[in-house]
Amino acid sequence: MLKIVVCIKQVPMVSELPWNPKTGTLKRELAEGMMNPACAHALEAALQVKSRHKAEITAITMGPPMAEEVLYEALAMGADRGLLLSDPALAAADTYATSYTIARTIEKQCPDVDLVLCGCYTSDSETAQVGPQLAEELDIPAAAYVEDFKITGRTVRMQRVSDNFLEIMEMNLPGLITIMTRSYAPRYPTLEGLADAFDHPQVNILGAGDIGLDVNKIGRNGSPTRIINVYSPTAEKKNVVLTGSPKKVVTAIFDNYGDKISGAMGKDLRKQ
Amino acid sequence: MTAIKRSIWVFADYRNYFQNRVTLQLLAKANDLATAMNYPAASNGASSGNYYRLKGRGINPLSAEGGLKAEVWAVVFGCETDEFVAEYIAHGAHKVLVVENAALKQYSVEKYTVLMEKLARQYQPEIILIGATSFGREFAPRVAKRLGTGLTADCIGLEITEDGNLLQIAPSFGGNLIAEIITPRHRPQMATVRPGTFQEIPHDNSLRGEVIRLPMPKKLPKDRLHLVAYERQPVREQRLEEAKIVVCGGRGMGSKQKFKKVFELAQLLGGEVGATRPIVYAGWVDEDALVGQAGKNIRPQVLFSFGISGAIQHTAALADADFIIAVNKNPNATMMKMADVAVVADASQVCAALIKGLKERIQTKSDYAD
Repeated sequence: MLKIVVCIKQVPMVSELPWNPKTGTLKRELAEGMMNPACAHALEAALQVKSRHKAEITAITMGPPMAEEVLYEALAMGADRGLLLSDPALAAADTYATSYTIARTIEKQCPDVDLVLCGCYTSDSETAQVGPQLAEELDIPAAAYVEDFKITGRTVRMQRVSDNFLEIMEMNLPGLITIMTRSYAPRYPTLEGLADAFDHPQVNILGAGDIGLDVNKIGRNGSPTRIINVYSPTAEKKNVVLTGSPKKVVTAIFDNYGDKISGAMGKDLRKQ
Repeated sequence: MTAIKRSIWVFADYRNYFQNRVTLQLLAKANDLATAMNYPAASNGASSGNYYRLKGRGINPLSAEGGLKAEVWAVVFGCETDEFVAEYIAHGAHKVLVVENAALKQYSVEKYTVLMEKLARQYQPEIILIGATSFGREFAPRVAKRLGTGLTADCIGLEITEDGNLLQIAPSFGGNLIAEIITPRHRPQMATVRPGTFQEIPHDNSLRGEVIRLPMPKKLPKDRLHLVAYERQPVREQRLEEAKIVVCGGRGMGSKQKFKKVFELAQLLGGEVGATRPIVYAGWVDEDALVGQAGKNIRPQVLFSFGISGAIQHTAALADADFIIAVNKNPNATMMKMADVAVVADASQVCAALIKGLKERIQTKSDYAD
């Protein structure tokens, strides 16, 4: 029996976000939550493993009480149980504190885990840091941005594209994989699955005390980074206005912003 | 050993030419930060103007002589890296720390993490900057975790605060907000930066730097992740959502015939074509190219926007675009207000002029060897 943990985060639903046209910012407090897209791909990958091997899937999330929703969604898609870690003491955790918290939760709640799957990044903060840091905390091998993998015995063979290199890699279980969104398009929860998820809820809600977390290592206390200021980029944006003949403005664009364009192209645009 | 100076490290990500440039860009920014530490009175934060301002006053900010308190170091792991070491010195590295070994020929996140942790504990840098390449984004968080310190991803600005902390400016909440972050009580302070965010300083062969060669540590833990096979990929068919450059066109392009220039420009730039809803309805492009509600969210490093007024259904999908150049006859269009560079002119004429300018500038440059 393969024990699989899928880490899931609830993120604001960007396409549905109420917009403040004056400031150009999103009204996050009105936002509805959804399962982070890359996490849904990771769950799909777990479900595909389960279709070939005997496996048990635990979906874990950390967040406010409403984050329970994504666990029901995970159950409806086919996960076996859900764990919500919710505690005011966990608030304002950066990736350093988050990876500590999730690692200890996995160790306590799924001690013999074989495979940990994460989305490669979240759509709200996009750091892509929690997966690799979780692997460090759990002291298990890991690969990020994986597009395809197969398990044979205790070995995982993985494929990914990293900086334009196609790489085939192998590691032994237990291990951690972060899943890229190019593959494992997530299935929709079935009506039957949804009914089952709510009729027989397999969701546990735990606090920091239940896991025995060190209060100095969680939430704001455990976070080395501090956000000291937040502002809206549109309000602050310095807008350069160019006028004149097409030839003149194009020369100005290449002279002043040629580096940005050549950086994105990966080509040298300097005139020789 | 003389007293250890404060050092700002840049991880040398040389695997191909493009990534090599992110290293050069970070060396330039590291020099700005070192200048802010060395000449706090002369510098105003760590803006990229410091280099030129100090040069104008007869100070060579890149010179390692004269008792500087902070220095820029490049950290190179690999095999046969002399060419890169020389390049980094010519781009402002005061010191280059080199570990050369045949076992480092291929990038290995496990080996590189162990080495970086070991060296950082030994030399205690103030700051470590790492390019946000695929490798860098996997490597940096592991190093930060092992060193017990913070890491900010994808910084778009880096400065030194009055009390000497690294101010890490990064997009947050899906790029809708900018956060200013510090790591007040932990060292080193770490940040990743996407390629193309900062400008490199010109190559200068007269610059001198010290090369410190260190032996490969004897007891490295065995790799648990094994690279079975790898090959350089021809760049795969880009999808709009992932394209580094997107050229978007709207009704202001004028006609279906003129809109073809958008395709030509995108092709020259190696980018993708995007369009607004009316253009899709008019049949000038396929539905696939729709950017905005019911279409695609894009996150290019550079977005060109031609003849687009900027309805919210379209602009909501552009929140993650790093740098926007918009062309429109109407300077008051929403899209022009959102842009970093707003060009008040006829969209199709500027598009044509850009095509001409690009054709003159594009040269074939071979990649550095990997």
